[in-house]
Amino acid sequence: MTRVAIMLAALVLLGAMPSPAAAQSAKPVSEDLVHEIAVQLRCVVCQNLSVADSPSEMASQMRAIIRERLAAGESPAEVQRYFVDRYGEWILLSPPRRGFNLLVWLLPLVAVVVGLVTAGALIWRWTRRSRGGRTPPVSVDPAMSERIRRELERGS
Amino acid sequence: MKRLWRWLIPLAAVPVLALLAYGFRVSPRDIPSPLVGRPAPVFALATLEGAPLSLASHHGKVVVLNFWASWCYPACYEEAPVLERNWRGYRDRGVVVVGVDIQDKREAALKFVGDFRLTFPIVQDLKGTVSVDYGVYGVPETFFLDRQGRIRVKHVGAVTDDVFRVTVDRLLAEASSP
Repeated sequence: MTRVAIMLAALVLLGAMPSPAAAQSAKPVSEDLVHEIAVQLRCVVCQNLSVADSPSEMASQMRAIIRERLAAGESPAEVQRYFVDRYGEWILLSPPRRGFNLLVWLLPLVAVVVGLVTAGALIWRWTRRSRGGRTPPVSVDPAMSERIRRELERGS
Repeated sequence: MKRLWRWLIPLAAVPVLALLAYGFRVSPRDIPSPLVGRPAPVFALATLEGAPLSLASHHGKVVVLNFWASWCYPACYEEAPVLERNWRGYRDRGVVVVGVDIQDKREAALKFVGDFRLTFPIVQDLKGTVSVDYGVYGVPETFFLDRQGRIRVKHVGAVTDDVFRVTVDRLLAEASSP
């Protein structure tokens, strides 16, 4: 059992070891950081997929470019800037929160608030009506109620 | 008052629907490239035959930079004869056509070049760095560079004789009268 564990640990270490090619780059780059940047970029040849999620060649090349630029010492913001400079803000999956783009962020909130207020007002009106206007007692013909009673007794 | 409300609620959906309709009708490939008017990113790549080619070596010429791939059917197949024809027609007037083969296999690209008897230089962008430098979405996309090395026009889709001639003539005319 321990032997298996040691072998597994060795395998994990081996996998984690940087390849000679990667070791030559100026700065070690964490794959998490590459993923973090890639997930915010739109895969340009896909429909609504991020560069991180797409299996396309273009996306894998873009991930390599992110890795390379980080290794060259660029900050994540600079890497993102590089893509925005070339493709425009369209490349960002979530538009920056300023200017006209704010509509995208604010409209759903406004819609939710308006919906809640409308629903609240309607509920308030309905409950008030049923509480205030008590339903008047139904007047039943005594002969009819006598007949209903008899029918019920016969049925049971 | 009550009647007004009855109309107001469905009417509120109209601007939202209009916004969605507008958004869905805009193709991302028609979004103007932020690179138009800016200096063209320089590159040095190997041609399909393995010779080095750098954009800087064509400085002072009108450059037609065409991104293509052998699997891009039919648009790339439509424009290949157009590019070859106009390259032959304009090459003595300070115009150069450079093909950039992207996301492709060398053998397939060479077959394409052979099939269409293309004679203008074609480089292969194996790592995709030049494609991203030019903000390329897909193939074919063509960039027209003026003599100062600035991107002046980005054309998405197959280049036609008309597009080639009108654009290149305009860039040539403006370069000869500074």
